[in-house]
Amino acid sequence: MKILVCISKVPDTTSRINFVDNNTKFDENGVQYIVNPYDEWYALVRALELVEASGGTVTTITVGTSKDDPTIRKALAIGANDAVRIDADPTDSFFVAKQISEYAKNENFDIVMTGKETINYNGAQIGGMLAELLDMPFVSLANKLDVNSTQATLQRDVQGGIEVVEVDFPFVLSASKGMAEQRIPNMRGIMAARTKPLNVIPPTDHNKLTSVVKFELPPSKTGCKYLDSESMDELVELLHNETKVI
Amino acid sequence: MSVLVFVEIKNKLRKAAKEAITYGKNLGEVNVVTYGNASNEVLSEMGNYGAKNILVYRKINEPNDQVISKLIFKVAEKLNSEFILLSQDQTGKSIGPRVAAKLEAGHVSGAISLPEVSDDFIVKTNVYSGKAIAYVCIHSDKKVISILPNSIQPVEYKVDPIISEFKEDLGNGRIKIVDLKQLGDGIPLPEAELVVSAGRGLKGPENWGIVEDLAKSLGATTACSRPVADIGWRPHHEHVGQTGVAIRPNLYIAAGISGAIQHLAGVNGSKVIVVINTDPEAPFFKAADYGVVGDAFEVLPKLTVAINNFKASQR
Repeated sequence: MKILVCISKVPDTTSRINFVDNNTKFDENGVQYIVNPYDEWYALVRALELVEASGGTVTTITVGTSKDDPTIRKALAIGANDAVRIDADPTDSFFVAKQISEYAKNENFDIVMTGKETINYNGAQIGGMLAELLDMPFVSLANKLDVNSTQATLQRDVQGGIEVVEVDFPFVLSASKGMAEQRIPNMRGIMAARTKPLNVIPPTDHNKLTSVVKFELPPSKTGCKYLDSESMDELVELLHNETKVI
Repeated sequence: MSVLVFVEIKNKLRKAAKEAITYGKNLGEVNVVTYGNASNEVLSEMGNYGAKNILVYRKINEPNDQVISKLIFKVAEKLNSEFILLSQDQTGKSIGPRVAAKLEAGHVSGAISLPEVSDDFIVKTNVYSGKAIAYVCIHSDKKVISILPNSIQPVEYKVDPIISEFKEDLGNGRIKIVDLKQLGDGIPLPEAELVVSAGRGLKGPENWGIVEDLAKSLGATTACSRPVADIGWRPHHEHVGQTGVAIRPNLYIAAGISGAIQHLAGVNGSKVIVVINTDPEAPFFKAADYGVVGDAFEVLPKLTVAINNFKASQR
């Protein structure tokens, strides 16, 4: 089985988010980057479990600059066989999906995996776009994946319920919590990652369909009004008359 | 301008559908496309929010994303739709990007406000898991926008809708649905206006009765923090926060949750936050509108009584 896992670098979950240059650019000062948790903990680890059980290879792919290399090496240390980096600053989801599809269309992958979303842009767009561009079925928000020789069985979250689906290879999935457990790379993995292939390939040219013109931080709360546990009637009164939410 | 709104209907018209139609009404004349076996009565309810033409595809009942994407694409082509709108729910997440890629249309997922239109077309959306907001400019003529539930207030605008059926057969998708477990009729978390949530401070799953009692009195949906879902006290679909569900209810009541930055990211879109915690130093109080320093085991039942009294007085 040949699996492609899309991975992205994101600020660590505990990062304080700030912006510079008139709120047009993310402030990278002091920020630690990690592999997007949905890409790593769920998609990558499940992909590795599948090839460990029945053979095959796991390739990771990233659209990014050399700044992404440390997180790509981390994915290799966890166990991916090789990595591809398309050498471009990602501008929007369509650009990224298009780059990945241009590479993947000739490589005969059985499964293309993404995390359900990145924790920086939260667009949840790449998987669906890839599926369309590659003309494959898309199983979104999958939290369980099992395979046999011709097809896969997946469990996924749908509106108001949980669905079990079967799909033939090849297909695209987006992985959500539950698909696998996080793996910590060991020293041997980290050493091996240094010499595993990381192929840098040039981007192809595509239209920019969207761009972020500025960022802002959500309005902060003006201060907390404290109430005694004996004054719950007063709290209800405030919720009804002051903030009008009940 | 031609606006096409995709709506998913299960028995009744959800608030998310009314929000999407209202969003569309602000951009032009609204055409709706949907699927399934909804009655004409439910379909025509969309006319109360400005849906003029309603097209229904009756050959499928399940959210088959390949078929639905094809349906939206075909209708959008025919109407030459400039805007394609949908809800940012599970179905929207799986369909929006497909349709956008097919049309080579700029896509904003999870819009939290109506667009700002001048020389540019700009839509606001949450980024950094709710820790920031981005203003996204869409450059393409065609635009696919999915709307985050509870971001737009539905506005009534009565028209006489014309309902017709989409006849062409779109075939089957390549995904075969073998089982579907419904999670019950409760309001799903992302759409809930009132949410009661609890964390490790509750000490064990057997103590959740007091959380459920309060939720029941309020008519609220229950939620939990990540550790509680991870140790299996509560189901994963209740986990709100950066790696769980992001919510934006009118009222979020959190008991026994300290308010780690990852949790705040998922809930800071809430209009009003009430925090109940024994630790006066809990970081969550900084993000709260109302705080009660006290034991959840004592405070929650008292709050439930107060709510019940209030509801009785309203009758």
